[in-house]
Amino acid sequence: MVEMAAGYEGLTFWLPLIWSALIAFAVAMYVIMDGFDLGVGILFDAPQEEAWRDKMMLSVAPIWDGNETWLVLGGGGLLAVFPLAYALLLPALYLPLIVMLIALVFRGVAFEFRFKAVKHKGVWNRSFHYGSLVATFAQGMVLGAFVQGFAVEGRSFAGGMFDWLTPFSILTGACLVAGYGLLGACWLVMKTEGALEAWARHWAQRFLVAVIVGMAAVSLWVPFLSPEIADRWFSFPNIVMLLPVPALTAVVALALFRTLRTGRTGTPFALTIVLFLLGYLGLAISLFPYLVPPDVTIWEAAAHSSSQMFALVGFIVVIPIILGYTAYTYWVFRGKVAEDLAEEGYH
Amino acid sequence: MDFDPLLLSRIQFGFTVAFHILFPAFTIGLASWLVVLEARWLFSKRERFRTLYRFWVKVFAVSFGLGVVSGVVMSYQFGTNWSAFSDMAGNIVGPLMGYEVLTAFFLEASFLGIMLFGWKKVGNRLHFLATSMVALGTLISAFWILSANSWMQTPSTFEMVDGRAVPTDWLAAIFNPSFPYRFAHMVMAAYLTTAFAVAGMSAWMLLRDPANRGARTSLSMALWFAVIFSPVQILLGDLQGLNVRDYQPVKLAAMEGHWQNEPGEGVPLVLFGWPDEEAERNLWSVEIPNLSSVIITHSWDGQFPALTEFPEENRPPVAIVFWSFRIMVLIGFLMLGLGLWSLYLRWRKRLYRSRTFLYATFAMLPSGFVAVLTGWITAEVGRQPWVVYGLMRTSEAVSPVSGEGVAFSLALFVVVYAIIFGAGTYYLFKLLAQGPEDTGPDEGSPPFETRRPKRPLSRSEDRLEEPGPAE
Repeated sequence: MVEMAAGYEGLTFWLPLIWSALIAFAVAMYVIMDGFDLGVGILFDAPQEEAWRDKMMLSVAPIWDGNETWLVLGGGGLLAVFPLAYALLLPALYLPLIVMLIALVFRGVAFEFRFKAVKHKGVWNRSFHYGSLVATFAQGMVLGAFVQGFAVEGRSFAGGMFDWLTPFSILTGACLVAGYGLLGACWLVMKTEGALEAWARHWAQRFLVAVIVGMAAVSLWVPFLSPEIADRWFSFPNIVMLLPVPALTAVVALALFRTLRTGRTGTPFALTIVLFLLGYLGLAISLFPYLVPPDVTIWEAAAHSSSQMFALVGFIVVIPIILGYTAYTYWVFRGKVAEDLAEEGYH
Repeated sequence: MDFDPLLLSRIQFGFTVAFHILFPAFTIGLASWLVVLEARWLFSKRERFRTLYRFWVKVFAVSFGLGVVSGVVMSYQFGTNWSAFSDMAGNIVGPLMGYEVLTAFFLEASFLGIMLFGWKKVGNRLHFLATSMVALGTLISAFWILSANSWMQTPSTFEMVDGRAVPTDWLAAIFNPSFPYRFAHMVMAAYLTTAFAVAGMSAWMLLRDPANRGARTSLSMALWFAVIFSPVQILLGDLQGLNVRDYQPVKLAAMEGHWQNEPGEGVPLVLFGWPDEEAERNLWSVEIPNLSSVIITHSWDGQFPALTEFPEENRPPVAIVFWSFRIMVLIGFLMLGLGLWSLYLRWRKRLYRSRTFLYATFAMLPSGFVAVLTGWITAEVGRQPWVVYGLMRTSEAVSPVSGEGVAFSLALFVVVYAIIFGAGTYYLFKLLAQGPEDTGPDEGSPPFETRRPKRPLSRSEDRLEEPGPAE
């Protein structure tokens, strides 16, 4: 790492480092928060009863918009503080990103239209379900493509329109569907009661199995993508220092299985978040400090210090306020989702 | 077939941004309108204001939802299709848009949930706060995006380092020369768009049901706004025009269809005509002598730079700019005219009964949207061939993506946006057909918590369609 940052001193060294942590934080916030409402969408096709679907949607309706805003912060933030990464990654990921955006359109409008429809309710049920599913799969493929790396020449993307499409990215797409499905199911365990809660527990266990298999497959595959990543994990003493990551992942997965069976309502969701963060940490260890693997580091992609500093002031001042009122919103809508939300709400 | 990624990316950006701006233009005004309604209810406790709130908030929610989903698309298109621009200007435009996300989008999105679903949970005061925060968020959002766009129109306070624009003074970059005028003009445009949409929708409801009290109140309030602020908007537009004169003279020449300065003569105002770029003159033009000189230079025979004084490769497409500008101005004056007409009818106490007037008001429903679109076309096409005025050409800004890929995404956007726009309009008019609940004569209403609704607000009753077999 030290040799990769050669020539960057003072602000030009520290600001990109701080910003990569903050962007990673924003992406993690997005993955967890929109992850569970996309997960609810992934499950949306499964129940037999329309009343269940009403409850599922109501459990996320007041908060989904705020959750999706973290995606805009991820994109906008990248442009603000790592414009070169934004300019390289987005053309490289053109098709999966466009498909994700279109899918998010279908997912988003379904919140409004479904409650207003009766005759066409089925259309918006499917719009919500497939919108969530396709958006998630596309995000997973974007993640896979990111880990694989990109062809870059000078300051522009030099690969083809379909470079992102590989068996590995299809695997990561499927993994993310299972992951968000798990988050969504655990969210429903927390927010619903009775038969719907039991049903959600059942689905959470299925998704958990898929997630464990998926994480294992990705973990075994990633080192083969590049010798550098393999070296990072398997050389001594790294292997000893990094061993807690997979070990902890296994422990958390086991604990999650137990709580899904023992009736706790909030713990499964919390443990799933921990599971996600561990997976995220594993990827960060594999890729740091590359922002556009395998060539462009956070220092090379960084905006001018003046831009990073200006944006940093805003981030540090405003993000705590955002977290404050976001927490307040969640607190207002805390507890099991009640039928009366629809009746008292504006629908 | 050969697909040109530059041309297709331009069409795609123009299409998606034009689609997107329709919704903010409406929701910026609608959010403030809801603040006014809720405030009047809180202070007067007159039931009709809350009934109106509960009606218009549904219209707001549909429009806001469409604005959100089409807005997320925009935040990624700078990179997917205009990566060279992002690399060159990201150091300045990026943080401005980043501040928009931080200070506006989260505020709107979080308080929207409380605004729509939380009235009973948080009580009246906090609910009013939530409505106000959403309205504030829409205005802050307009602030930052207008700042970023204005910097692209009148870039200032930067230096070029390795081919990239780096800011030298942030405050001066935010408040760049065209920003204050364009921000004021756009916010007022959004307010007027809402006023005429609300007036038009209310007129439609009154044409169907002349006794609809809620529609009467809405129509009256919206028209008062139109009367007062359409002249203000014309003044703001004039100020903005003078700013264009100072900073983007070639755009002004295109707007005016001004090809040639004759020595010693004033510049006529071209009312109509067809700018012929080959012949460098206007065909079939109808002109008023010296009026352009008066408007733009505030002197009888003052001159301002003409199109032929600029090299051909630096001129925008003249006909588009010329005509979109005229449509916008025409609508501005139609708005003023309808406002004056409404004053006359108020005086004659026939505002709610003149069907001719109600039809005219309904016909003006989309006027604000058309004015916003043609205004933005004037601004953006008028900036061509530059993406950042004088600094980077649009042709240099495009991403290294394949034409086929962009053709595919453009086709997808057209189809999908047509579907959701169609569905949105359909549900909007279903809502209007249902209209605000009639609350009867105006009396003080008991506080929300203890109020017994005249009819239970059950979901099935609030549904907009007759129950039919699920498909």
